[in-house]
Amino acid sequence: MKRLMLWLPLAGFALLFAVVASGLFRPSDNLVHSQMVGKQLPKFSLPPMVAGKPGLGSAMFADGKPKLLNVFASWCIPCMAESPQLMALKRQGVAIDAIAVRDTPENIAAFLKRFGDPYERIGDDRQSAVQLALGSSGVPETYVIDGEGRIVEQHIGDIRAEDVPEIVAAVRKAGR
Amino acid sequence: MIAEAGLAALWFAAALALLQLVLAAIGVRRSAADRAEPAGAHLQSVDPSIGSTRTRVEDFLAAVRPVAVVQGALVIFAMLLLIAVFVRSDMSVRLVAEDSSAAKPLIYKIAGAWGNHEGSMLLWVTILGLAGAAVALFERTLDRRTLVATLGAQAAIALGFYAFLLFSSNPFARLSPAPADGQGLNPLLQDPGLAFHPPTLYIGYVGISVAFSFAVGAMLTRDVGPAFARAMRPWVLGAWIFLTIGITAGSYWAYYELGWGGWWFWDPVENASLMPWLAATALLHSVTVLATRDGLRAWTIMLAVVAFSMSMVGTFLVRSGILTSVHAFAIDPKRGAFILALLVIYIGGALALFGARVGTIRQGNTFEPVSREGALVVNNLLLSVILGIVLIGTLYPIIAAAFGTQLSVGHPFFDSTAGPIALVLVALMAVGPLLRWRRDRVGAGLRRVAIPAAVSLAALVVLLVFAPGIRALPLIGLALGLGVAVASIAPLWGRDLRRTPLFTYGMVVAHLGIAVSLAGMASESAFSRETLVATRIGEAQRVGPYQVTLIGIRPVVGVNWSAIEGVLSVRRGEAAPFLLRPQSRFFSTPPQETNESAIRTALDGQLYTVLGNRDDAGRWQLRLWWKPFVTLIWAGGALVAIGGALSLLGRVRRERRATRREEA
Repeated sequence: MKRLMLWLPLAGFALLFAVVASGLFRPSDNLVHSQMVGKQLPKFSLPPMVAGKPGLGSAMFADGKPKLLNVFASWCIPCMAESPQLMALKRQGVAIDAIAVRDTPENIAAFLKRFGDPYERIGDDRQSAVQLALGSSGVPETYVIDGEGRIVEQHIGDIRAEDVPEIVAAVRKAGR
Repeated sequence: MIAEAGLAALWFAAALALLQLVLAAIGVRRSAADRAEPAGAHLQSVDPSIGSTRTRVEDFLAAVRPVAVVQGALVIFAMLLLIAVFVRSDMSVRLVAEDSSAAKPLIYKIAGAWGNHEGSMLLWVTILGLAGAAVALFERTLDRRTLVATLGAQAAIALGFYAFLLFSSNPFARLSPAPADGQGLNPLLQDPGLAFHPPTLYIGYVGISVAFSFAVGAMLTRDVGPAFARAMRPWVLGAWIFLTIGITAGSYWAYYELGWGGWWFWDPVENASLMPWLAATALLHSVTVLATRDGLRAWTIMLAVVAFSMSMVGTFLVRSGILTSVHAFAIDPKRGAFILALLVIYIGGALALFGARVGTIRQGNTFEPVSREGALVVNNLLLSVILGIVLIGTLYPIIAAAFGTQLSVGHPFFDSTAGPIALVLVALMAVGPLLRWRRDRVGAGLRRVAIPAAVSLAALVVLLVFAPGIRALPLIGLALGLGVAVASIAPLWGRDLRRTPLFTYGMVVAHLGIAVSLAGMASESAFSRETLVATRIGEAQRVGPYQVTLIGIRPVVGVNWSAIEGVLSVRRGEAAPFLLRPQSRFFSTPPQETNESAIRTALDGQLYTVLGNRDDAGRWQLRLWWKPFVTLIWAGGALVAIGGALSLLGRVRRERRATRREEA
């Protein structure tokens, strides 16, 4: 019994090793995931951001069609980087609505002119109120919303070319 | 050329470490064989030309010693060369280009040499080499065979970390083409604190490797006893003093440089320095039991292994970047894996040796529960529990992540778990030194702590009357701090002060330091006042006993920064007003903004001011704290270190005298 006790420290160290090795080889996930995934969209109604394009309300997501909800801003550089991917998604028939965060109509209009306009509706979320209600910690973020207005998936950060097929599949799946 | 010379010095040092290891291993084996065959040894000792066991070990020691010294000198040389390329701003060296810039003041060019991963690892290894050389040069009392084994163990550790530097973290790597200027050092690190904090902390952190090597050496030769403990004690003390200074200075640096007003954040990197300190503090006390009463043999060996293991685990946690921390270091899983492998070899190896060997070490003396030894055992247990709590709290985010939960562990956990245990520990600290060795009576012990206990109780009552609503932890902390301050001086009562040994004064001062520090922490936590205001020029604000008026904002330019400086006129009562100048600094390489707090220290606390941004209405954000007696926290830390130094001086003197007497 006493002999076994003497090996306890080594056993303790083996445990410590297992813990840190697991932490080392599974890179830590520093993203802030929204608690809203799997839940109904929070109720909101945002005024239009740019002339000639409607604003955005949560009620508009209950029309039976799955959509993407893109949270973006003209001052955000990754948002510029992901714009070609959003255009590609639009060409594949994915409906995209947007919330523009902490921005002005002039800047957004210039942004759309320069990088293309994949959006059907853009809501003006000047105080980030809806962004926070969505559980979004930054821009850009993109949510897959099903036909009943439920958040199915959250994509944090810019959409890369390799993410596009996955997102198309997620939208298709949400439509069924 | 300088960089290449540095790399060559590292390779040579690594080769010498290998030689040192091999020589020591052969030396320990040969002398073991001699001991195992007493008849042969007897025969040999008859013929002096063959040499007895004793001279054989002496021969190996004579060979290993210079190797250890030259190895230490080479690695110091490499460190100096790295500092040289930083001072010369040689941008063709990758490390300089990434972490320095030509426009930086000289002191930060020097400090920049260890303000990055590779450089700080080189500093780590430098101190390891320095510690090994110091043992080779100055250790006179340890059993010769154990000393050879110890130097072998030290070489084994050095070898692994040389390999880490040479194969995955070469500080001397070149960059081609060389850029015109470097990317600069993180502005937060451009502070005099950085020049001294890491080297001090590392001397403690890595200096404790000597205790580890001693323990491994003693397990190899099965020679654990009072003589071994007396030999090991000064080394533990030395490292512990530097750890104490490093932690205290680091805490003050974070306090004034980060501009958050806090002095301890339970950040993983802080914990990484606290854990070896806790283990070393426990070791310091258990080694005293071993030296004085020949008790706690296996436990002392265990603690010596654990203390340096905690240093290595800390290095791993910090360097691998697996924990998110305010100390942003490069994240590289390959490097993490390398250090982890070294951890497995050294810690795993030492603990396996412990399991295999410690059973064969004779049990030391036993003692009654109510005795000085008994108190020291409880001290050790409590320190170990706190160590366990800090370790679990630090690693818990990784454990939780393995189960898919993201979380961070902060002060609510540590305060509510480690806090109460630390208070019990401090209370015990009042009692322990007043108990007799071997056996004491409960009644007699209680009588001796009657006065300190009365002081604590009186403080408790006074606080409850004059500061109702004070939280429990700071309340107990303040009352206990006062009582323990009295109790810590009690061992001097009724003694002839001139004949009291220096190390007793050391203990008294160190324990007093803990009490002082505790009182400071409790006072800061209970009575701090904080206000965050948006103020116009000319408006007065109140915080604590001070009236603070923003009288102007002006631009200031430094060597490699520009700043906006708030000029605050501060009044306290009827005294003449004085000026404080907090700054908001902008550094260009790399672009970053820092807040330079302005602090006024009074006898009864500190006024801490931070200038924020200007709002749209033209008002300036001003953050003001009044922190009563906060300085006691670091003054206490300094006392603890001074106490350690007195102890060290006293012990070394006594050993010297004893050795001289033996020789005479």
